[in-house]
Amino acid sequence: MIGKPVLLAELHGLFQWLHEKLQATGLSQTWVDIITYATLGVIIFGVLSLIALYLIWWERKISAHVQQRFGPMRHGWHGWYQTVMDALKLLQKEDIRIVTRDKVVFFWAPVICFVAAFLAYVVMPFGDRLIVADLNIGILYIMAVTTFTIISLLMAGWGSNNKYALLGGMRSAAQVVSYEVPMVASILTIIIFVGSLSMMDIVKAQSGLIFNWYVFRIPFGPIAFLTYIVAATAECNRTPFDIPEAEQELVSGYNVEYSGMKFAMFFLAEFVNMFTVSAIAVTLFFGGWNGWDFIPSWIWFLGKTLIIVLLLMLFRWTYPRLRVDQLMEFAWKFLVPVTFANLIVAGIFKYFGWYW
Amino acid sequence: MMAELRTEEFIVNMGPHHPATHGVCRLMLTMNGEKIVKIEPVIGYLHRAIEKICENRTYAQCIPILDRFEYVTSMSCNYVFSLAAERLAEIEVPERAEYLRVIMLELNRIASHLLFYGVTAMDIGAYTPFLYGLRERELIIDLFEMTCGQRLTYNYIRVGGVSKDIPKQFVPQCRKAIKIIGEKLTDYTGLLNENPIWLERTKGIAVLPADLAIAYGVSGPVLRASGVQYDIRRNDPYCIYDRFDFEIPVRPNGDCFDRYMLRIDEIRQSIRILSQALDGLPEGEIRHKKVKDATFKPPAGEAYARIENSRGEMGIYLVSDGSKKPLRVKTRGGSYNQLQVLPQYGTDMLIADLVANFATLDVIMPEVDR
Repeated sequence: MIGKPVLLAELHGLFQWLHEKLQATGLSQTWVDIITYATLGVIIFGVLSLIALYLIWWERKISAHVQQRFGPMRHGWHGWYQTVMDALKLLQKEDIRIVTRDKVVFFWAPVICFVAAFLAYVVMPFGDRLIVADLNIGILYIMAVTTFTIISLLMAGWGSNNKYALLGGMRSAAQVVSYEVPMVASILTIIIFVGSLSMMDIVKAQSGLIFNWYVFRIPFGPIAFLTYIVAATAECNRTPFDIPEAEQELVSGYNVEYSGMKFAMFFLAEFVNMFTVSAIAVTLFFGGWNGWDFIPSWIWFLGKTLIIVLLLMLFRWTYPRLRVDQLMEFAWKFLVPVTFANLIVAGIFKYFGWYW
Repeated sequence: MMAELRTEEFIVNMGPHHPATHGVCRLMLTMNGEKIVKIEPVIGYLHRAIEKICENRTYAQCIPILDRFEYVTSMSCNYVFSLAAERLAEIEVPERAEYLRVIMLELNRIASHLLFYGVTAMDIGAYTPFLYGLRERELIIDLFEMTCGQRLTYNYIRVGGVSKDIPKQFVPQCRKAIKIIGEKLTDYTGLLNENPIWLERTKGIAVLPADLAIAYGVSGPVLRASGVQYDIRRNDPYCIYDRFDFEIPVRPNGDCFDRYMLRIDEIRQSIRILSQALDGLPEGEIRHKKVKDATFKPPAGEAYARIENSRGEMGIYLVSDGSKKPLRVKTRGGSYNQLQVLPQYGTDMLIADLVANFATLDVIMPEVDR
């Protein structure tokens, strides 16, 4: 089921070399594969951690400029390594473990959150030859693994033995489960037209320039994109849907008892999740790595994703927060009907072959 | 299955250290899930015995202590104490000092409402307006700093007048500041009032009925947002407020949205008063000649002064035995009544509504605890 890794041409040679060297040592094929994939995993992990760090810096700069401030300015040009220093500070901080915690749950919650955030990148098509494994159930896999985050938030809320944290955890569980439905429905709208769940196939179905991308190619595209981006914002627990960590109500929600590196894991995971939902939006609606050939495909992918991230950030610094019941009403009474209507109409169009 | 599930109410301590309680207010909330069943405000965390301290100070020394009585609008605290002392001693204040007092009081009211705007928006989850509100507040703080050297606790309005005359550049800079603020108000309301999330969070939320508000002695913007036209500047004029042409904004619904919009309306009216006061500012003395800080000794007697502060009626009851020090100083602040009325109508709503409600009541704890 798992395909061979497809890699950027330059990296390909390196892996060929690694593969040959490993085979020469006389290891079995399974071990060679495992080591190769592990190396890939480390690279992806490193790159994404770097991206997450820079998204944090970016968020701080964007919020600062929206609010007519400068934001970080001390470390390097416009504070470019500020978040690196912050991460170093968090590493040194004392890991406060409250006595009344549930030991196992409290420890594993940030770990699961962190790991779940990175799992989606196994099938993410970064470029035309840059993907770890092109699973034939790619998008389904992503939907499955990103949902792990809810479990970790619930665990954090429960394990902290704190009322605010518990309220935050319960809120996030209710919210993420509700918004999963419209999110999947809007993704399915595109899947109907592609006819495959593989991420690479989805991108290849949109090869060409802007009018081949689903957001502009089919009338259901823009609707699906809008509903997707709303649901995705809720999925990342970001304003206006940030009720799980509503600072003014729940202090900081599920992570109120976490400090030091455990808190940093939640924090980094949040930004990785934001990058994930933006990357999925780009893959499904904006042609993934498609663009003019003279610009490398991974730059297209990264650029488009960062634009969607910018959109999410601007939401956060402009909107107030919804109330918990209004949030549920919005999901079930507005988003779900709209996405399902969109999906059904799209299905009818596809069935009769009326699509563009 | 459902019959076996048992739910129970639980108590959440909101505060004294909580981002949404603006200081050290503690609300003991009995919650049923996310719904609030009962609110019990626990006060006293900021009690500094201001009234008692004042009894051991001369009149001039009381003023910097009372600066801390309500530190968001220190000018009002200075003024209300001076007014009570002047009523005791039956002093007439020079014309220029009266104008300067009105200018300072109204500037401080605008500064307070700008802070309210920012903090309320932040409590409802919009971070950016907070910075916008503080940005314009800074213009006013600069004016105060230019006049009396202080940015928060001014000690500017004294018995018999004001402590210093304004510098030359004050009037043009003040005109510029109120012009900028007047223009930015459109931005403020545009940013929030056209946002459906904001409207949903504030319209029709936490309605304070007029009769309940009156029963609990609520005053100021909160009372006027419930549809009661009551403003001490109009109903019991002090200073020279009867000379200015301004309206008392009233809004009928008493919900969070009205309480917020009423303050925006009030900023507009304050700008009107300010431009008239700046136009009419006469030359002359700034302090009554016979009043000296060190020797001020009013005759025995008692006096009550009350003014319209940005958080309702602020009053000081002063008893003098004819010595240099007041025998009794009793303070009254609007925030206290607003905090007392909160448990009466603030229950049976979600915790997010309580935060919005508490923010729009604009309770400030030093005024409650004193």
